[in-house]
Amino acid sequence: MVTTLDKVDVVTVGVGWTGGIIAAECAKEGLKVVGLERGRERGTSDFAIVHDEYRYAIRYELMQDLSRETVSFRNNRKQRALPMRQMGSFLLGEGLGGSGTHWNGQNWRFLPYDFEIKTMTDQKYGANKLPAEYTIQDWGITYDELEPYFDRFEKTAGISGEDTNPFWGKRSAEYATPPMKKTPILQKFETASKNLGYSPFMMPSANLSEAYENPDGAKINACQYCGFCERFGCEYGAKSSPEITVVPTAKNTGNYEIKFNANVVEVMKQGDKVTGVRYFDTVSFEEFIQPAEVVVLTSYMMNNAKLLMVSKIGEQYDPETGRGTLGRNYAYQILPGASGFFDEKMNVFMGAGALGMTVDDFNGDNFDHADLDFIHGASLSITQTGNRPIQTNPVPPDTPSWGADFKKASIENYPRTLNVGGQGASMPHRENYMALDGTYKDIYGVPLLQLTYNFTDQDRALHAYLTEKAAGIMQEMGAKTVVGGSPISDYDIVPYQTTHNTGGTVMGSDPAISVVNNYLQHWDAENLFVVGAGNFAHNGGYNPTGTVGALAYRCAEGIINYSKNGGSLV
Amino acid sequence: MSKKEKNFSRRDFLKTSGVAAGALVGGGIIGGLIASNTGNETASPGTAPATHGETGSAGGVRGLMFFKNDAEFQILSQATERIFPEDDLGPGAIGLGVPYFIDQQLAGAYGENSKEYMQGPFFEGETTQGYQSRLKRNEMFRQGLQIMQQEAQKRFKANFADLEGGQMDEILTAFQEDQIQMQGVSSLFFFRLLRSATLEGAYADPIYGGNQNMDGWKMKGFPGHQAAYISQIDNEEFQEIDPKSLGAGH
Repeated sequence: MVTTLDKVDVVTVGVGWTGGIIAAECAKEGLKVVGLERGRERGTSDFAIVHDEYRYAIRYELMQDLSRETVSFRNNRKQRALPMRQMGSFLLGEGLGGSGTHWNGQNWRFLPYDFEIKTMTDQKYGANKLPAEYTIQDWGITYDELEPYFDRFEKTAGISGEDTNPFWGKRSAEYATPPMKKTPILQKFETASKNLGYSPFMMPSANLSEAYENPDGAKINACQYCGFCERFGCEYGAKSSPEITVVPTAKNTGNYEIKFNANVVEVMKQGDKVTGVRYFDTVSFEEFIQPAEVVVLTSYMMNNAKLLMVSKIGEQYDPETGRGTLGRNYAYQILPGASGFFDEKMNVFMGAGALGMTVDDFNGDNFDHADLDFIHGASLSITQTGNRPIQTNPVPPDTPSWGADFKKASIENYPRTLNVGGQGASMPHRENYMALDGTYKDIYGVPLLQLTYNFTDQDRALHAYLTEKAAGIMQEMGAKTVVGGSPISDYDIVPYQTTHNTGGTVMGSDPAISVVNNYLQHWDAENLFVVGAGNFAHNGGYNPTGTVGALAYRCAEGIINYSKNGGSLV
Repeated sequence: MSKKEKNFSRRDFLKTSGVAAGALVGGGIIGGLIASNTGNETASPGTAPATHGETGSAGGVRGLMFFKNDAEFQILSQATERIFPEDDLGPGAIGLGVPYFIDQQLAGAYGENSKEYMQGPFFEGETTQGYQSRLKRNEMFRQGLQIMQQEAQKRFKANFADLEGGQMDEILTAFQEDQIQMQGVSSLFFFRLLRSATLEGAYADPIYGGNQNMDGWKMKGFPGHQAAYISQIDNEEFQEIDPKSLGAGH
């Protein structure tokens, strides 16, 4: 028995940054918006006792309940895909605010090079710089076209930063708030990287340096540097998050309603338009249909792709033939870096998720790749995010992993160890993709999303090169022992790496190699929009959220235009 | 090992399992009794609390929620103490209450794999595909501890909890090097689980029953739950701050 609800103008699937931004912008224009969130309501008052590493960081309090739904994984097509039974390599979020609640707040704009990577790489290095199985392509939009939307998101979130990086795209305005504190740990990195001739700058941060009121009237408080950001929510309302910004903005219009415990399982399609979505109430298990003029997929990139696949909207990518676009160009991120062991004790337990300094000298095409067997690079940063004791047990090489020597060394080095870490770009590859699993299902009876992914030669070369650069900085910082990251071989889904998964619903100007156009409007259904890091044609050398936020503002503009005029927006 | 010997070891283990803690003959247990009799707040190296119902960090009594007898609990206690031993820096796993922490965790969502995908079919898979066992964590622990006892009997003709430290390490190392046959899980996987749980118990907020007296945090210089560091983070000097538990306000 399925209950069909009253039709609304816009329905979003998921209420995090993208769902919240689209709701706020559309509701301000008078559109009636419903947000379907499979998780629970939550907010600042729920984080009063959040300084609990075990509950939040180890047992994943804010994350998806995998007993209900997970993904399956294999390294290549010859292997049998098996379910990710416990969380590891990346952390899927759940609940109001989504990943925007438990993010660190490192807020970047992808580089101008990223958006035109194919054209610019071909121009500079020739068409055969990478073998043909690397499916790099332009994004169908330029940095300059996206700049106003970057600015919009940064003003909404109140981002703290300084415009002193010589390598990033031109900004139309200064950051909304000044940069965070340049602590003694950050100063070590600054001095060392300057000595090496690099250009260090304060990391753009959504943990705000001072109290701020955004253009919508939402208030964000000043960060207290308590050291609990990633995997946690902020008890001060000082980490910019959807539930303290765009969600209340949308609600204040009177045109927005959120339905919690609403797990969407299908996008309904008739002819060349979608008609709404079908969802389960996760408590009662009742089924509902929410009809809508416009459907927007605003959940995590994996779930966005899965919903299109189960709803049979668009053509599934086939690595055998190279045909199809849905699930194509899945990419991850490569993490070169180096640890340094120091003599002196440092206040490593203090911090904030985006308290850091960065150099971009080896990011994008900011350095010459003519003699290198890879393209792109990584931002290299020191961050002081607040090291917590269960997860932070640094020991020099050749120390046993348990027993008396381990205990002594891990306690000794806990306050004496720093890391310079890179976020390495990841180029798409013909064999890395997403599809539906043929065996495993979620509790609603829907197939799991299946991930086929491995690191590539490009990734391994990039990792080795950037690790050396990171180690060079650490050496200059005065560490008595410097340990570079081990070379990468096969991707392993067990240890945590990063929740910067991208691709699968790529944007572009050519329907043959993209799922949505540059308003994130689906090529096969003009009233369906899909927005998130799934739109990235490859993954860049930064955290994704700043670029995702910009795409969400771009998408909102498209939806508003579509609601007035209809038709394709491009 | 012949089938006959194996069966004998198992029977022997089951027999001793049924004996109450105080009656077990072994250095660990006697040491524990001495420690509590002399009123030492910190247990002696390599000793386990001899009796349950003692006062825990929260001021209430505590006992076993998952394990059904002291013999199993003693194996767990000694194994965790080898992983995180008492030394001149401070208490080890036993002194920190880690065995109780693990027991409680095994009785709840962690032990029952409440948030893990546990639907079949099950296949062994590649290492890169991670956890593929049909066993829940608490089943892995129960089996793992039984096999530790069997290994102790096989190698040293003694109970695991009564072995010398180096003998225990030999068995733990065999687990870590994946040389021990377990059912439904590799011994390496179980060892990693045991090691992680030990560190979690040493450093989690004391509200979970480990990290007694916040001694794990004190050893490490981690101040626990503090409201803010905004006025200290600019300081060049390392800041010694008295740690605070989340439980302090309740």
